[in-house]
Amino acid sequence: MKGLQIVVLGSIVPDPLQTLEPIVGPTGPALKNEMMLPAVLDPWAGHALFEAASLAKRVEGKVYLVALGPKAKLQQVMMSVAQKVPFEIVVLDGPASGFADAAETARALAGAVEKIPGLDKGKLLLFGGWQSASRGTGAVLSMVGELLGITDQFQGVDEINVAEDGSFTVLERIEGGSYQQSSCQGLPAALGWATGNLPEPPNNPQVGMANMRLIMPALQKAVPAPLKGEGLRYQGVEVPSQRRETRIVKNASVDEIAREIADWIRA
Amino acid sequence: MTDTSAQQLPAESLLTGVLVDDAAADKAPADNSPDHNAPGDDALPEGALPDGVERQRMDVDIACVGFGPAMGGFLHTLSRGLLNEDGAPAVESKAMPGMPPQVICYERADDIGFGVSGVVTKGRGIRASFPDLDLSQIPLATRVTDEKVVFLLDPHGASRRPGLMRVKEAFLRAVGLAKNHAYELPYIPNFLRKEPGFLLSMGQFNQWAGGQIMGQGVAQIWPGTPVAEPLMFDQVVVGVRLQDQGVDKQGRPEAGFMPGMDIRSQLTVVADGPVGAVGRKLDEKLGLPTGNHAREWAVGMKMVVDLPEGCELKEGLVLHTLGYPEPEIFGFLYVYPGNIASLGIFVPSWYDSPVRTGYRYLQHWMQHPYLWKHLKGGRMRSWGAKSLQESGRKGEPHLVGDGFARIGEGSGTTNVLTGSGFDEAWTSGVLLGVSVLELLKAGKPFTKDNLTRSYVRRRRDSWLDREAKMAEKARDGFQVGVIQGLIGMALAGLTDGKAFWPGATKKPHERIPSLEDFFRGRIPADEIARIRSECTQKGLPLHGALMDRVGWPSIQFDGQLLVSHQDALLLGGKVQAPAGYRDHVTFKSRHVCQACDEKVCIEACSGQAITTNPDGGVPLFDREKCVHCGACIWNCSKPAPKGGEGANVDFQAGAGGLHSAEN
Repeated sequence: MKGLQIVVLGSIVPDPLQTLEPIVGPTGPALKNEMMLPAVLDPWAGHALFEAASLAKRVEGKVYLVALGPKAKLQQVMMSVAQKVPFEIVVLDGPASGFADAAETARALAGAVEKIPGLDKGKLLLFGGWQSASRGTGAVLSMVGELLGITDQFQGVDEINVAEDGSFTVLERIEGGSYQQSSCQGLPAALGWATGNLPEPPNNPQVGMANMRLIMPALQKAVPAPLKGEGLRYQGVEVPSQRRETRIVKNASVDEIAREIADWIRA
Repeated sequence: MTDTSAQQLPAESLLTGVLVDDAAADKAPADNSPDHNAPGDDALPEGALPDGVERQRMDVDIACVGFGPAMGGFLHTLSRGLLNEDGAPAVESKAMPGMPPQVICYERADDIGFGVSGVVTKGRGIRASFPDLDLSQIPLATRVTDEKVVFLLDPHGASRRPGLMRVKEAFLRAVGLAKNHAYELPYIPNFLRKEPGFLLSMGQFNQWAGGQIMGQGVAQIWPGTPVAEPLMFDQVVVGVRLQDQGVDKQGRPEAGFMPGMDIRSQLTVVADGPVGAVGRKLDEKLGLPTGNHAREWAVGMKMVVDLPEGCELKEGLVLHTLGYPEPEIFGFLYVYPGNIASLGIFVPSWYDSPVRTGYRYLQHWMQHPYLWKHLKGGRMRSWGAKSLQESGRKGEPHLVGDGFARIGEGSGTTNVLTGSGFDEAWTSGVLLGVSVLELLKAGKPFTKDNLTRSYVRRRRDSWLDREAKMAEKARDGFQVGVIQGLIGMALAGLTDGKAFWPGATKKPHERIPSLEDFFRGRIPADEIARIRSECTQKGLPLHGALMDRVGWPSIQFDGQLLVSHQDALLLGGKVQAPAGYRDHVTFKSRHVCQACDEKVCIEACSGQAITTNPDGGVPLFDREKCVHCGACIWNCSKPAPKGGEGANVDFQAGAGGLHSAEN
């Protein structure tokens, strides 16, 4: 199907290698030193973006990345992401801490998608991450889909094939390591991607140069999306407990080591 | 790489868009001798491509290599000058007529904030670029409020101290001047003093400066993109070649192979630091100016630490230490806002130990009673290491040539007397930025002559060069001994460089003694042989066993600040390496490694990426642990088989490394 429009919803998260420390800031929960931490494109959104670019290349489609995050940080992350695959970006300047109301976030994103010039919902695929490295609800993509009137929604997607007439098949992960295959007669559809099947593309300077001509103006035109979070109240915020515990144990027998590993797994 | 057809052309024509034969450039022969362990034995000759694969080319106006303070100064200056007040470009691109000049900067690390250095600076260049600089906008930045120079005595009696230093220590203890085994100098000479100045985190500053530059929309900065080499025709630089992607450890193409693109440019700005591939290849090709040598080095290893609650160290404090854990090793501790400190040590090339490990010495230094009373209970936030080019102006390469200019530490900006390099690097970038704007607006090509008349002239007339000249011989005394070095620095500092302690330089590999010579009188040769054998069988470096043997106490890990070297990599440096790149550290001759008893490369490796091969012979290299400090370049005791300045380690452009923006 030619002329496909693939809109990827994705923003930034702190580099997963960083040590995260939740704090309560003046506007609610936040991460300590968040603006100091290097950021990356949410890895789940990254899979969606790379799959979108691959599909667009096959069907002569176009990829839009709609990102809600602090634009200074988005600009920094785009230095890396823009080298990977061709896309246009739409920027909403707001928080990306993960401590935002999913419904409010979805409304902002849906509004931005609606404003994409020439948007044709008959040719629209809405992509996003199945999960997020900043919040694991997976709720925002579904809500955006609903707000846009997209009723065909899939989660845990690893593959999509779009036929010339606009019909498509989707492979969704289900329990037991199996896939559920769904067939639809036409677009639009919303897909929450699992990992997909593609490796991270290499850095391509020509792609970067072409992307940046549109990315920098888009960042300058970023629409504020403050996400007030009214009515939202957090009972508690914590990061997963650290599992790393270094001990130096000398002269342990193989049996003792094996027993300790087995105990750790059982725990 | 040469192209005979291109050699006939005048430099100016190559710099103004004459097309050259890419295919000829790709047919360059390479050293593939069987003794050389990289690339792989069945790899294609260097630069050659598999059938059906083409190397792409992109034309820009200015190609830049490496993003640090020098490049920050250059791009900031250039960006401001390339736009008129109405926002229209002041000049037109030659690479893309009708467009503004295309300026593109490639940075090897995965983020522009992954640089390593705690910075204390007078900030003259930075203040000139940002007259309204608000330090509160840069995380971890603050003003210097107090400065101390501290002589650390040896509480264990394990370090190698000259007799005169032992006498001095005994005197300080006898008269009661040594408190917590340390003596705070009552006076800080002006040449060392940084007040009024400020403290910065290199990573945070780079993030901030990069954001400012990208926001201006003139230059593009691309992290995660290592540059393999300059593209040269005879002595003319016409751009750079990016590193191949989609290859195995030996550089052999795999699925997804993408040959590194050729970026053709009228000007290549080289700011890839002292161990960058482009700068070092230029040095190999062009040599250094007569009489210059980049032979003095140090590895700086550091941490950023959450100080314990109730810590008495005040924000803005600067501590310089000397004397411990070995007399040649200097230390620093800067207190940032928020009860955070940046601290670390420098292990120099003139500390003639074949087992000079940065990491264990850092742990002993932190545990010195004078420091530990403040640090105990603290927590490591970040860790990193880098090589510093300590030759300063004596290591200055050719600053310009046809089609290229060099700025920053790799261009010899570090002032080895004042121990400062950050502001100097920034200023060198500013001076080049002003010069490039001048040439662009005058429509002049970037020839050696034009760049000499603009950039080199400005640099020679600047405070940067005047002060570098004063510092030029300040550290020569360290070539003779540590006492002589300290006296030499004082003489140079107090006489503006007119007096100094002389000392002839040696190539780094010529300085390193054998283990038996270094430990003579402390460990018998047969015991060294036994320790070497045991460590080799276990795949361990030697420094742990040897330091234990001469009396260094073992490190009791507390899991917070005192952690294993591997935990420092994982928790502090968050080191990683993207797939699809070749091993960037290789050994030029297997035979040389097999015959080497010291293997300093293993002992000094900041990330334990180079390790003992239990089967003997060539050390092993693990790219996923490399922090790209480049210490292996100068921590090799064997000369390169082909001679010259270099040793037996080959260090090329690589991707990955540290993932911390706090260093």
